[in-house]
Amino acid sequence: MSDPLLQVDAVDLYYGDAQALSGVSLEIRTGEIVAIVGANGAGKSSLIRAIHGIEKPASGRIRFDGVDITAWPSYRTCEVGVGHVAEGRQVFPNLTVLENLEMGATLKRARGAEKRTLERVFTMFPRLSERRRQPAGTLSGGEQQMLAIGRCLMGQPRLIMFDEPSLGLAPAIVHDVFRIVRRLNEEGLTILLVEQNVTASLKIAHRAYVLENGRIELSGSGRELLDNDRVRQAYLGL
Amino acid sequence: MTSDFLLSLAQAITKGLLTGMVYGLMALGLSVIFGVMRVVNFAHGEMMVVGMYLAWAGFEYLQVSPLISLPVIAVVFFVAGYALQRSVISPFIGRPEHQQFLLLLGIALVLVNVCLAVVGPDSRGVQLDSQFDSYEFGPLVLDAVRLHAAIAAVAIAGLLWLFFTHTRIGKSIRAAADNNMGALVVGLNVKRLYAITFGVGAACVGAAGALMITIIPVTPFLAAEYTLLAFIIVIVGGLGSMTGALLGGLLIGVSEAVAGLLVDPSLKSMFSFGLLILVLLLRPQGLTGKRNP
Repeated sequence: MSDPLLQVDAVDLYYGDAQALSGVSLEIRTGEIVAIVGANGAGKSSLIRAIHGIEKPASGRIRFDGVDITAWPSYRTCEVGVGHVAEGRQVFPNLTVLENLEMGATLKRARGAEKRTLERVFTMFPRLSERRRQPAGTLSGGEQQMLAIGRCLMGQPRLIMFDEPSLGLAPAIVHDVFRIVRRLNEEGLTILLVEQNVTASLKIAHRAYVLENGRIELSGSGRELLDNDRVRQAYLGL
Repeated sequence: MTSDFLLSLAQAITKGLLTGMVYGLMALGLSVIFGVMRVVNFAHGEMMVVGMYLAWAGFEYLQVSPLISLPVIAVVFFVAGYALQRSVISPFIGRPEHQQFLLLLGIALVLVNVCLAVVGPDSRGVQLDSQFDSYEFGPLVLDAVRLHAAIAAVAIAGLLWLFFTHTRIGKSIRAAADNNMGALVVGLNVKRLYAITFGVGAACVGAAGALMITIIPVTPFLAAEYTLLAFIIVIVGGLGSMTGALLGGLLIGVSEAVAGLLVDPSLKSMFSFGLLILVLLLRPQGLTGKRNP
């Protein structure tokens, strides 16, 4: 079996005195979709931020493609290919759609391919192309999510971590988002998916972890967890 | 009203507009720093005065016109601003405002007292060859030095606008100001961008100082006055807005000049404060400001 692309080993994270993650370990192999499910406040976003370097873990190790990236700032982890589509989309509301996309390509690893990737993003999301001169703040929620994904692609990531990509979107658009995640994976990108929409994410995930109170409580293939009684009771209300 | 009065009023307004452009450039520095980092530079007037002294020293000892030494002063200010942000100010970002206030007030005190210690309290000015030249536009007579300073200020503001809209770093700074979390997510080096921003803000005020010394002589005691003036301009124009800073500069420049004509030059601040109070009462977000920034 190939070495994992991302390896998280016994990571603890605190906000002041409150512990957000305790001893979290997981791994993602190249080409996988791995889902992390769990209730609100279970630590899912904290985990993504710790991997990306936006939050600094108190202990533990994070390796990306064999390189120790623990506590690297996000401008360095982005540079080795860690991509992040953040919760709440985090577009730049007063910058135009085009400028938002350019901001995704300020990384050294991305500059050479900027034009080509821009065309690819516009082909994938024609709406963004139509609205390229508009401030991002004037886009609808769904369009902003497309922009956030496009902006992430501009950085030539190898892994994309999606943090609640369907949150607050209309059902039809939620469906689009999952379709895009699957398509990006088929194009070769490795995906870490954090979602409250447990059924949908377990269905597209190869493997999944259940995070409760900052700890990994369960793991298995997407199928196994969908059938697991504990998951069905706690998250699917069955 | 006599046509004589109208002419001197028009003369005062033009003079005010020209000085106002230099004020605008000074305030632009404050506005850029605040707009991006939410740090209020309480040492702004002190930096202005240091810029004036540097230009004066260049003229006095090296016989270099302030308009020529301006780019050098701007670069020196950029580097100093960058270093100051990286070393001292950066840890204070996100801390309570009174802590930032004390830090920058401390920097202000150091700067003004260094000026006092090195140059002394006497007023220092430059006597340019063009000191008494003027241009005539119909009945209006414009001082050459004031006109040159105003043109230079507008040109620098234009360069700044190009920097923020057409360069990768300028756009990144706007992005970081717009959404700090978004900037971290796409991998912008926010600390470095903040340092560049402080450098750019400092370069603006340094350049404004080099222009101002051609218009009026400098004493260390001008510093506090300029800090206050820069605040008034930025609040009148709209916090964090570049066009607001320029517009506010013009307004304050004109109000000072008209006050000097109608009442007494020593009462010019009263008019500026009056304008400030009026804006705070009628349009608290400033002339170009949005509500709830």
